[in-house]
Amino acid sequence: MTIRARHKRFILIAIGLALLGLAVMLILNAFKSNMVFFYTPTQVISGEVPHGTSFRIGGLVVPDSLKRQDDGLTVHFSITDTVKTVEVIYKGILPDLFKEGKGVVAQGKVGANGVFEASEVLAKHDENYMPPEAAEALKRAKEAPADVQLK
Amino acid sequence: MNINWFKYSSPQTFYPLAGRMIPWFAWIAVIFAVIGLYISFFIAPTDFQQGEAYRIIFVHVPAAWMSMFIYMVMAGWAALGLSLNARLPAMMAQALAPTGAIFTLLALVTGSFWGKPMWGTWWVWDARLTSELILLFLYLGFIALQSSIDDPRKADKAGALLALVGVVNVPIIYFSVKWWNTLHQGSTISMGAAPKMVTTMLLGMLFMALAFWMYTIAVALMRVRCIMLERERASDWVKVLLLKATGGNA
Amino acid sequence: MHWSSWSAFFNMGGYAFYVWFSFGLTALCLAWEILAVRKRRDVALNLARLLAQDKQ
Repeated sequence: MTIRARHKRFILIAIGLALLGLAVMLILNAFKSNMVFFYTPTQVISGEVPHGTSFRIGGLVVPDSLKRQDDGLTVHFSITDTVKTVEVIYKGILPDLFKEGKGVVAQGKVGANGVFEASEVLAKHDENYMPPEAAEALKRAKEAPADVQLK
Repeated sequence: MNINWFKYSSPQTFYPLAGRMIPWFAWIAVIFAVIGLYISFFIAPTDFQQGEAYRIIFVHVPAAWMSMFIYMVMAGWAALGLSLNARLPAMMAQALAPTGAIFTLLALVTGSFWGKPMWGTWWVWDARLTSELILLFLYLGFIALQSSIDDPRKADKAGALLALVGVVNVPIIYFSVKWWNTLHQGSTISMGAAPKMVTTMLLGMLFMALAFWMYTIAVALMRVRCIMLERERASDWVKVLLLKATGGNA
Repeated sequence: MHWSSWSAFFNMGGYAFYVWFSFGLTALCLAWEILAVRKRRDVALNLARLLAQDKQ
């Protein structure tokens, strides 16, 4: 292979890679705004959530908010992002890790009375079986309390 | 320097060298796995939140690390093969892909078996899980693309391009838990002051990861030897090798 | 050692199915991969041998 042919090949590869990279960047950008797995209670209350369809809400279960109805299956609890709180009603089995004060993600719709009617409740645990990034988390929590608690 | 490098980068020199290296890496992998499993099951304490179910972490996290790490190494070899137009680096990339795919699959399935009892679901389409699934497709795409092109040099080039483009997915996987709201929890490993109790858990994970790493080297060397034989079976060095193996009287 | 008995160990705090499946699957996949690569090597060696004999 001559030097010129090799150069040409390199340039073609570089252009190809650059184009593909650009495409990926664009896709990612679109992804970034749509890739919302759950909304925070603040977003729910300010109306930044899809209307009419089901969506997920994530946060911490408010301590002492869990109440069971007499049927033993229906539960009421509140989800908070430490700024706003949303009440949730759910009929079904809660996951093992569901606990007051711990993370939770619920799927459902907001009912007429403003209560979130969940069809599925998932527990979201933290990464604290290992070196907790305590300093880092504290620092971030001070900067953006609502956001960090959920991540 | 240069001459030496090229000497070892030719298949006929690398084939026997790899053969001598395989048992070493295999035995080190076994030793690390024994230590890692012992720590995982007998030394690491019960987790305060998840009880014993958390022990899945000792295969899940090392497998997930390997899935990303192998991809980076594979893409590195592929890039080297592409830029030097050399045979051996491309063969190394090809040899790593199936192992990377297996670790990706293991990360996904063990994660699923961890998510069911802890989160309450086998699968969700959150950013972490989705991007790891894309990684599996990238590995499978690489393997399929390479095997669909008959001319090995063209196959190497096409595979290398796919591998390089796919590299963008690795930081996406890694940072997905930071960039987006995910059900998957954030990264655990970013060493601060580690209390003693969690140090043993960390050690279990590290030994398992080292075991997987050594295993990967051993099995990739085994596979690269197969690829050399398959691609160069008509060449003289393979003939000489076979003559030696059969006592020289074939 | 914090297991009170072997049955407690195998029970994994009630999560035996999930824990043992994860470890078992990992062991199976890696063992399978090794066997598959060894088989591939034998096939490649046999083909190369046949080719070498043909030429002579």
